[in-house]
Amino acid sequence: MTEILILAELEGGVLHSSAGELLAAGRKLGDEMGADVSAAVLGESTDDAAREAIILGADHVYTASHPILTEGLADGQIAALEQICAETSPLAVLTAKTPLGRSVGPRLAYRLDSGVAQDCMDVTGDNTTGRITVTRPVYGGNAMAKFTFADNNPQVVVLRVKAFEPLEPNPERSGDVKSIDVTIDDSQIKAKLVETVKEESEGVKLEDAGVIIGGGRGLGGPEPFEQLEELAKLFNGAVGASRAVCDAGWQDHSYQIGLTGKTVTPDIYITVGISGASQHMAGCSASKNIIAINKDGDANIFKEASFGVVGDWEKVLPSFTATIRELLSS
Amino acid sequence: MAFNIIVCAKQVMDPETPASAFNVDENARRVIPAQGIPPVVNGFDENAVEAALKIKESIDDTTVTVISTGTEFVMDVMKKPLSMGADNMVLVQDDACADLDAFSTVRILTKMIGRLGDFDLIICGQQASDWDNAHVPLGISEILGLPCLTEVRAIEIGDGTVTVNSSRSDGYEVFESPMPALITVNNEVGQPRYPTLRGIMQASRKTPEILSIEDVGLNSKDLTPVITLSDLFVPTSDKQCEILEGENDADSGRLLALRLREEKII
Repeated sequence: MTEILILAELEGGVLHSSAGELLAAGRKLGDEMGADVSAAVLGESTDDAAREAIILGADHVYTASHPILTEGLADGQIAALEQICAETSPLAVLTAKTPLGRSVGPRLAYRLDSGVAQDCMDVTGDNTTGRITVTRPVYGGNAMAKFTFADNNPQVVVLRVKAFEPLEPNPERSGDVKSIDVTIDDSQIKAKLVETVKEESEGVKLEDAGVIIGGGRGLGGPEPFEQLEELAKLFNGAVGASRAVCDAGWQDHSYQIGLTGKTVTPDIYITVGISGASQHMAGCSASKNIIAINKDGDANIFKEASFGVVGDWEKVLPSFTATIRELLSS
Repeated sequence: MAFNIIVCAKQVMDPETPASAFNVDENARRVIPAQGIPPVVNGFDENAVEAALKIKESIDDTTVTVISTGTEFVMDVMKKPLSMGADNMVLVQDDACADLDAFSTVRILTKMIGRLGDFDLIICGQQASDWDNAHVPLGISEILGLPCLTEVRAIEIGDGTVTVNSSRSDGYEVFESPMPALITVNNEVGQPRYPTLRGIMQASRKTPEILSIEDVGLNSKDLTPVITLSDLFVPTSDKQCEILEGENDADSGRLLALRLREEKII
């Protein structure tokens, strides 16, 4: 039976959250195209992760254990996937738009001379043609594009994180686990990991924050960001910024949200003095709730926000923060 | 010893183009260029030029060559990397390059790189602001069999090796690889420098080498897409923003917080 293969990333020996999302997308494609869903679990001690992949929707799991794979480096993962693809000839390979997946997916496609689409929000499969069509934002989210793969397999799809909801875990599901004997040696690892450096940032990191307070040019300078930090702390959230703010040096570029910065998907994104230029929205439009405070009622941000205030942030924000503090402490 | 860096740069529609000026021809599946807004060099590609120029400042006898492919270059725009301080520019400008998929772009760029002879580093922006494919550099590394170092924010050249810091959400990872290697950079690698008057004068005397696809050993049959654009549209938003209006701005702020609680958003 033809297969849709997903790369189930591991984090500290357990499945990364993206694996469930990929399995859900794989399941959808599999149902549409009459294909099984298989998961590649690459690392050491993969038994628990393999079982979890089956519970979340995999029909088959391919495990490969090798010390090199444990490091989770792109070079090693690609080499292993290349061998699994040679054995199983999957119709498609799905990876997540994580630092690893967004590098592994495209490189695998070029190595296997097939095709790839990055940052996909949706996928559909045609049972007759065996071709997949993906939907993805282009031009900083100003337009949406659908792309259809030409003849070569595997069709590689890199799926945006959180674009699919994982399936309800079903402990009754059955699937088979096959250990693949991959041959990997050091010479295939061209980029060697020397060191992983964690940077102690105060509070939560931007990409993981459930609540983000974003500041824009409308704030007028770096000082007001203290007030944004204060609000973010109430939610145990993080502070982000627009490109204009970072270019002006009011905040470090690591704060930047948008096309040339970070992509964030918080539950609540509260913007203060952000006009909502499309290149900014490209990095935050998948936020669950966008809340806007801006003095210009015609600003684009109000087209994207669900609730907002048109007014002077210097007056709006302190009372907003004070009320939030009361509400959260009561 | 000479040190050679190749930078890949793309001419794109200005991403600061207001949404109101952004239009799509749905039938032709093309973006209609906004009137009166000139294109720009892709933002991350300017970061790539900056990264190359920083290396040039620290290593004697470094040559930075910028390459690109497209149908119609606006030279005043494309020559910006030269004004910033890059040495040479080679462009494949050909009608056959219209609506290329990323795979064909990779084919052309790898052929161009092959023509340039020995190099130590290829530096690219990690993605382009128009089609946002984010895989042309990865494809180049695969086709040329180069070590691939991605999302880099700092580069250090050693003796035959390169060490980079790759951005991660909670810090960075340090990678080391032999050279030649391919590096993709993000905005954290450094703000692109402004061209100086002297730089602009020097660039004005330089003429980019312009090639056709035949010049690099390809023909239009080699540019068959492996992925086809089947639909292009501007998404419509039916989102309605509820504007909270109190007696004054401070009151509006209070009402906004209360409304969010009412909606159980907070």
